[in-house]
Amino acid sequence: MADKQFEPLIIGFTCNWCSYRAADLAGMSRVKYPPNVRLMRLMCSGRLDPEFVLKALRGGADGVLITGCHPGECHYLEQNYKALRRFLLLRRTLKQFGVEPQRVRLIWASAAEGARLAQEINKMVEEIRALGPLTWRDVISANGDRPLEALPAEEVTA
Amino acid sequence: MSEERIGVYVCHCGSNIASVVDVEDVAVWAKDNLADQGVVVARDYKFMCSSLGQELIQDDIKEQGLDRVVVAACSPHLHERTFRNACDRAGLNPFLCEMVSVREQVSWVHTDKELATQKAKAMIAGGVERVVYHEPLEPLRVPINEATLVVGAGIAGIQAALEIADSGFPVYLVEREPSIGGHMAQFDKTFPTLDCSACILTPKMVDAGQHPNITLLSWSEVERVDGYVGNFTVTIRKKARYVNEDVCTGCGICIEKCPVNVLDTNFEAGLGYRKAVYRPFPQAVPKYPVIDTENCTYFKRGKCKACQIFCPTQPNSIDFEQQDQLLQVPVGNIILATGYDLFDARRIPQYGYGRLANVYTSLEFERLCNAAGPTNGDVVLRDGVTKPEAVGIIHCVGSRDRNYNNYCSVICCMQSLKFAHLVKERTGAEVYNFYIDMRTAYKDYDEFYQKVLEEGTHFVRGRVAEVTDAARQPGEDGKIIVQVEDTFIGKQRRIPVDMVILSSALEPRADSDEVAHKFGIACSANGWFIEKHPKLDPVATMTEGIYIAGCAQGPKDIPSTVAQGAAAAARVLGRIQQKELALEPIRASVIAERCSGCRICNNMCPFNAILFHEDRMVTEINPALCQGCGTCVAACPSGAITGTQFSNEQVLAQIEGLLMFGVNGNLANELVPA
Ligand code: FES
Repeated sequence: MADKQFEPLIIGFTCNWCSYRAADLAGMSRVKYPPNVRLMRLMCSGRLDPEFVLKALRGGADGVLITGCHPGECHYLEQNYKALRRFLLLRRTLKQFGVEPQRVRLIWASAAEGARLAQEINKMVEEIRALGPLTWRDVISANGDRPLEALPAEEVTA
Repeated sequence: MSEERIGVYVCHCGSNIASVVDVEDVAVWAKDNLADQGVVVARDYKFMCSSLGQELIQDDIKEQGLDRVVVAACSPHLHERTFRNACDRAGLNPFLCEMVSVREQVSWVHTDKELATQKAKAMIAGGVERVVYHEPLEPLRVPINEATLVVGAGIAGIQAALEIADSGFPVYLVEREPSIGGHMAQFDKTFPTLDCSACILTPKMVDAGQHPNITLLSWSEVERVDGYVGNFTVTIRKKARYVNEDVCTGCGICIEKCPVNVLDTNFEAGLGYRKAVYRPFPQAVPKYPVIDTENCTYFKRGKCKACQIFCPTQPNSIDFEQQDQLLQVPVGNIILATGYDLFDARRIPQYGYGRLANVYTSLEFERLCNAAGPTNGDVVLRDGVTKPEAVGIIHCVGSRDRNYNNYCSVICCMQSLKFAHLVKERTGAEVYNFYIDMRTAYKDYDEFYQKVLEEGTHFVRGRVAEVTDAARQPGEDGKIIVQVEDTFIGKQRRIPVDMVILSSALEPRADSDEVAHKFGIACSANGWFIEKHPKLDPVATMTEGIYIAGCAQGPKDIPSTVAQGAAAAARVLGRIQQKELALEPIRASVIAERCSGCRICNNMCPFNAILFHEDRMVTEINPALCQGCGTCVAACPSGAITGTQFSNEQVLAQIEGLLMFGVNGNLANELVPA
């Protein structure tokens, strides 16, 4: 694998009502994005158990993309706000484990935003390719066995 | 070794999938490499969704005793039902089937064949790992309430309401104005037949008002919507009319006696007056007037009561103490026909509307030439007497214009031609139509254009630069001058006229976003309600049980509006006839023994489906209220809540499958961090 260019593997979670349909639309409009991302469907971003993200990272993913409906547009009224809260907390915790915050992203994509979803995937793949493979233990030991500092005041990237 | 017997079916979709993904290789790989997970058959086929493709699956289920099926094809939003039905026909519970979207998520978005094929394999591995944990389920059957809510009683809403009511089902028809009728009630003539708008509309209004199956709620607005398809509960605010509908006979004496004249900027588009107690027009349905509290002397100063004094009914119909009422109605389906707003022509200052007295909007002109309007149908200038000798009609005001709206408002060309005809007929004036392109595509529309051409109307092709009263040349004094580049002769022209009519764009209602949000549907970037499919499902929305009709969905003329109203009604009637609705059985439930009573999940649910038993200190989920989002499942720290179709086991297994390969095909465990 050493002579191959590093190809990050990203697991993406989509909600059934908006972002999965954005992925459908990206397909229907033949927008291209790199095959590094593998999407799976949940009914709502609110279903995202942080354990799913940990499972993906532990199992070999270099990044996790979480997507849902725009605020105010969740099919279940407000569950994406709960997803947002969990996401912020999770990213903070992951940082303490030595996982760079860029590796786990949350974006909102409506059913009409196929092209935007593709764009965001492109960006994320680029960013993680630049970061290299996920090696959280190395990151921690390079930091003198201490966790990375806590994140600054949260800004929402979505 | 899993005991499951799983079949994997990889679709070529003609060449849609097969041209990028090596489907044969994928099928062979699945059979050889996913045997441990239980795969016993794997096939590829040209069109899995065709009847032959489906039979392939059905035969395998029967002959090979499959108990799980994975179909790698298009998006489940397209064909999940197809393949579930195929399983059902072969005697396999339909929920034991899983779809993997290798078209929308692989072949259509990737170009590198090798990488795409790898990704398809990983996604199928995800589907296979997941399907092992699928359980046989039964769809949830809920009864459908037979009543329908129709919001907006313009011609689209009226048509929809009548179709449903005539079929014998109850309808609540809600309209926020005092009368039903919508914009069509304001028009004079309709193109291309020039029949009088009121003559064709008012009989329908009367039918809607008197129909035993229609509950008409005018001067009312929907406040909130709860529930879901089949069983919505709608809260409607019935605004106080200050007139008791139970006793009022609609005689109109109160209107006659009211001493307050108010400029009517709504129905009469600012050209006429009404009283403080009023109905928008004489044929209004319902016939009961409304008191406008902002202008009524009694509400302003506590004195007058002329309407009450002269009201002849026993008991008196005028009730100054009346309050808004909140009604709750249960309905099964909802049709939104909320119409459009007219583009505010003041936004294009160079066209002079609001500054030059004799520049009119299209709606003002409709009132001006309406026999029931403020001038009894005389086309005269604002002074009320002078007949215009020359009239300019400007098309596409606010439409097809990057500064305002990109779209074509569909009706303006025909409406402008109609105006040209009416001006000629009523005044004999010279008429100039300024247009960009002439769009007369519909039955008998172009014939109408030919007729107007023959009548001698002048057509100038070019977007008008300015409408001004600054005279520069002889003959321009006291006139309004339309400055335009005539693109046929490539020259600037200044055409002096006495009156200008602006054919303004149709725009989404100012509150369309708010309304969409209330009903859980979406608006396009322009603000029109989005239909489920632009071609094949034009009146349904992404939200089950909510339909749209008329201009709320996009600009359209009266025939199309009526057709859409009827189409929405047909969809609703189809639903009602089914009597029952099969819902996806995606629901959460609590395993009581594992629940620690921490109550973390208790405020996760926006549908109030979660209840806590204080006595036993456990939480329970009401399946009738649960919508299946899964937020509580994710929140439970004890793993005591599980969600059908999206259980932790299913999701975690799918993640594992997806990670079977790296992007380049290396095995995932090589990637696991050291
Ligand atoms: S349904 Fe999309 S985020 Fe909730």
